[in-house]
Amino acid sequence: MSALLDVKREFPILAQSARGKPLVYLDSAATTQKPRAVLEALRRYYEEDNANVHRAVHLLSERATKAYEGAREKVAAFLNAPSIREIVFTRGTTEAINLVAHTFGRTRVGAGDEVLVTHLEHHSNIVPWQMLCQSKGAALKVVPVLDNGELDLAVLDRLLGPKTKLLALGHVSNALGTINPVRDIVAKAKAKGIPVLIDGAQAVPHLKVDVQALGCDFYAFSGHKLYGPTGIGALWAKAEHLDAMPPWQGGGDMIASVRFEETLYNVPPAKFEAGTPDISGAVGLGAAIDWLTALGLDRVEAHEKALLEKGTALLSAVPGLTLVGTARHKAGVLSFTMEGIHPHDIGTVLDRQGIAIRTGHHCAQPLMERFGVAATARASLGVYNTEADLEVLAKGLTKVREMFA
Amino acid sequence: MSSEGELRDLYQELILDHGRRPRNFSPMPDASAKAEGFNPLCGDRVTVFVKTEGERIGAVSFQGSGCAISTASASLMTERLKGMTRTEAQGLLDRFHAMVISEPGKPLPADLGKLEVLGGVREFPMRVKCATLAWHALKSALEQGGGTVSTE
Repeated sequence: MSALLDVKREFPILAQSARGKPLVYLDSAATTQKPRAVLEALRRYYEEDNANVHRAVHLLSERATKAYEGAREKVAAFLNAPSIREIVFTRGTTEAINLVAHTFGRTRVGAGDEVLVTHLEHHSNIVPWQMLCQSKGAALKVVPVLDNGELDLAVLDRLLGPKTKLLALGHVSNALGTINPVRDIVAKAKAKGIPVLIDGAQAVPHLKVDVQALGCDFYAFSGHKLYGPTGIGALWAKAEHLDAMPPWQGGGDMIASVRFEETLYNVPPAKFEAGTPDISGAVGLGAAIDWLTALGLDRVEAHEKALLEKGTALLSAVPGLTLVGTARHKAGVLSFTMEGIHPHDIGTVLDRQGIAIRTGHHCAQPLMERFGVAATARASLGVYNTEADLEVLAKGLTKVREMFA
Repeated sequence: MSSEGELRDLYQELILDHGRRPRNFSPMPDASAKAEGFNPLCGDRVTVFVKTEGERIGAVSFQGSGCAISTASASLMTERLKGMTRTEAQGLLDRFHAMVISEPGKPLPADLGKLEVLGGVREFPMRVKCATLAWHALKSALEQGGGTVSTE
């Protein structure tokens, strides 16, 4: 049996033409397209259940609350979190990381301390820590990356020191596709008593995540990279941390009682969800998780592995093309440069053939600098991609070469 | 117009030529002003050097890394500016900007000469910032005497 999935037809947006050609979408690391099941769940929520949550006694509010909290249960099960109380809905990974930086970070990191990140990180897992370090007089330390796009684990060992108050690293690199050995890394950090935050934005759509098996303290991800809507994501954090962390944003829902003299805060996760949340987003995320779980993450992994192998072979055969990021364990990301041709020009020529890829620094400027490039072209895979998509890409790149040779 | 036609319109031979072999592509140690243009969307950087002699621009050069569009635009810009007065340069800058942001199919502003080849960028709104990167830097060099300007 072929390892490949056949689900493209479940994604209405992919049936269209782009620039007069069949659309070939190879930018799932930026955002994924949404299956009909998710679109349907959003429509149904607004047509049948819409109301504010946790507030009124009426029927619709009851249904909306059930739908919202039901989505939380789905996220908890998806990550194998021990308790649904440990799932905080956020706008996405970026907000989740900022939440941790502003609460856990502000109480745990002081002058002279260190926060450790890696050279592979997305800006969203660099800048919040940089801001924290600047305000506290702490130092940001960086685990270097090897030429193949893997982390230098020997140096990581040395950098995990007595001053390290937190290790924040990505599970899968958005720019290169490197899958980091997070379980081993977490074990090293925990052996020294160092808490670990994992940015899982690029991992959850591609591989099964079990936060208890990983042993980390925080895990953050975004719904829109998981075939769900934009504007919703989640933070999983150990209950002991959520209990100890001060609230971040103030407002409705995060309180137990409000008086001008003193406000008492709600318990987690409500303590970290001020204001009316993105209810429909959570519903859509829940539907995406249901859809992906039914499809089977092991099958998704096999599908993307087969496509990655095919894509790697096809692209390696394009004269003058260099793959950036050749780690032994990779998710479906093909980052590359072409001799004498700027990624933007590659992107434009491909676009006019109906092929959508990302070109630029992928919000990972330090990583681009490490590899001596201002930008790369990046084709990234999703469940709906096919071998034919990759053949169209390879053909498109031949055209790029013809144009600029 | 077909996708194919638009592509050929964007990547005309003159643009490909200036993209591959940019003119006046060197640092200028005795520049009277220099400014860096930065496009945070793609990470491209270009530094424009200007040597003024009174009101007149004696020499212009640039350095940096960019796509075919931004490199060709910078290269063609430096060729055109030499010998212009500041006022003329400002006028050219305004006309060039008006061209790249105008509706496709509308007539191009007058007196752009070779720079008209960059009119193809109108069909590619995501690439307008590539075409204007060096011009932003030029404006900064002429007006403020330097610094870094961003396309954003």
